[in-house]
Amino acid sequence: MSSRRIRVLIAKPGLDGHDRGARVIARALRDAGMEVIYTGLHQTPEQIVEAAIQEDVDVVGLSILSGAHMTLIPMVTQLLRERGAGDITVIAGGIIPEKDVKALKEGGWAKEIFTPGTPLDDIVEWIRNHVKV
Amino acid sequence: MEEKKREEIKRGLEEWQKTRCQWKDRDCRFETVSGMEVKDLYTPLDLEGFDYMRDLGFPGQYPYTRGVYCNMYRGKLWTMRQFAGYGTARESNKRYKYLLEKGQTGLSVAFDMPTIMGYDSDHPRSRGEVGRCGVAVDSLQDMEILFDGIPLDKISTSFTINGPAAIIWCMYIAVGEKQGVRPEQLTGTIQNDILKEYIAQKSWIFPPEPSLRIITDIFKYAKEHVPKWNTISISGYHIREAGATAVQELAFTLADGFAYVEAGIKAGLDVDEFAPRLSFFFNAHIDFFEEIAKYRAARRIWARRMREKYGAKDPRSWMLRFHTQTAGCSLTAQQPENNIVRTAYEALAAVLGGTQSLHTNSMDEVLALPTEKAVQIALRTQQILAYETGVANVIDPLAGSYYVEYLTNKMEEEAEKYLEEIERRGGVLACIEQNYFQQEIADAAYRYQKALDTKQRILVGVNEFVNPDEKIEIEILEIDPRVEQEQIERLQKLRRERDNIRVRETLDALRRACEGTDNLIPYIMDCVKAYATEGEIIQTMKEVFGEYKEKPTF
Repeated sequence: MSSRRIRVLIAKPGLDGHDRGARVIARALRDAGMEVIYTGLHQTPEQIVEAAIQEDVDVVGLSILSGAHMTLIPMVTQLLRERGAGDITVIAGGIIPEKDVKALKEGGWAKEIFTPGTPLDDIVEWIRNHVKV
Repeated sequence: MEEKKREEIKRGLEEWQKTRCQWKDRDCRFETVSGMEVKDLYTPLDLEGFDYMRDLGFPGQYPYTRGVYCNMYRGKLWTMRQFAGYGTARESNKRYKYLLEKGQTGLSVAFDMPTIMGYDSDHPRSRGEVGRCGVAVDSLQDMEILFDGIPLDKISTSFTINGPAAIIWCMYIAVGEKQGVRPEQLTGTIQNDILKEYIAQKSWIFPPEPSLRIITDIFKYAKEHVPKWNTISISGYHIREAGATAVQELAFTLADGFAYVEAGIKAGLDVDEFAPRLSFFFNAHIDFFEEIAKYRAARRIWARRMREKYGAKDPRSWMLRFHTQTAGCSLTAQQPENNIVRTAYEALAAVLGGTQSLHTNSMDEVLALPTEKAVQIALRTQQILAYETGVANVIDPLAGSYYVEYLTNKMEEEAEKYLEEIERRGGVLACIEQNYFQQEIADAAYRYQKALDTKQRILVGVNEFVNPDEKIEIEILEIDPRVEQEQIERLQKLRRERDNIRVRETLDALRRACEGTDNLIPYIMDCVKAYATEGEIIQTMKEVFGEYKEKPTF
């Protein structure tokens, strides 16, 4: 049994305003008993990393539908490492082609990427299985 | 209906129900994709008080339920307008020429996120976003390249741009002038609908008040100089994509429309001076009849309120003209070829609902920007609909269907309830402030996702009829990562070579105009013609108007 609840930061990096997915997932994680913080829109990687550290989260979930994932996801992960917070699990979701999913995972930029059609429970389960608190 | 006939139908229905209830149904509740429960059968009894002349009338006549033009598609087919744009202006120009050559009849420009949000390509916030989900436009120079060799007096162009709509519009007018096309010859649309940005699409720049000022300035300028231009495309599309139901899409969009009408009147315009140039943009989701009813109800509500509430006298002010795009959110990343079929049904609903123009999504848009092959199939879908199926031959062919008329009435009734609630809460701006729309939409989106997860709703290829170990084997359009660098280099070259004193002067004049009450469009036009960049113009305006901020909730 974990002693405390998993803390998750759901973030919208970049200029993309599509927040349907981010908000649905934030709710699902909260309903599953996690503590969820949502950054709101139009966040820079620096702002996201700052929020992740301030809020002492276990997971950062990035939602990107604008095609900027190959730039923004590595930036967030890199900044987390530079700030000594490389232990925070970075996951992502959105419109991300398979080839990029592979590159992001193999490059160590994201632990997992959830693309359209993923059931909410799969995401909850993945987090529970991979994040120990 | 005669009392005797009514009694006869009622008896018949009761009789039928006795037999019918012995048959077991495959589900205990049937509902539209929006969660509206539907019965198994509709009869004249569902249309109590139905009055043909009052509720439907004739095409091209008030209340326009049957369509805004008297001969509809017999006169002119809907405009086939595929939304497109990516990478640099030069690449997009090539795609536009390709589409025109394939028989497309209008252009629709997609911008990248920095352009949409008012940042130049070299701004730190633009990192990784340049040319990604649309074309990058920093200055008049990019617009000149974008429309190079495309005669602006021969085509109509739609721009999906909101916060910076005035700037993009001025650029287009300026390109026209360079081609020798006068502003009054130009036809097209700027989306320019900031209210739905606060509600759903979330690409805002300025706070509501200055945003509405810019919009009414555009109304005024268009009336004088660009009379054939659609100054706004009041959009339900994004509201729906964000998760709204059909009724919410209908009600919130019309509420926005009425808010613009009120803003125009408040700015001193006569309603008939600008209302004929208002246009709409709706989603075509997968629930066939619900969508058709939505379009028909939209026309009727708009006509009635415009005539009765706002006192419009010009019939063109009563006519709700609209563009439709099939629902991106109905598409699936799994078995993407199935999206061709979904899109075809959605397009059929849009046409049966009397749309003026249509974008059909490409099958791969849930994965990336569409490839040429996918775009061609999407366009061909419309052409097959127009030229082969025969659906364009008869006007409003579903009128008189008990179900469709019932559903049209129901949509109207439910939308009117929302409109009253919005009024009760103090209007559209107050509702945005209260997070009312945003919360309603988020709730609907969550309910929909839950229904998928519990298989209460079936999505082919996603939660049922899944191909195990599916490998997605379709070609994906890739944006060359060098696009960003090239665009930045061109922008910086422009900044070095233009007349920077003139740029400074025009921006200063714009700043003073923002502080005062003059119409802003002529000032923006001067900045654009001096090759001030979009980012510089927006930054100048932000210094006076400030920026909008949303309180994040989920």
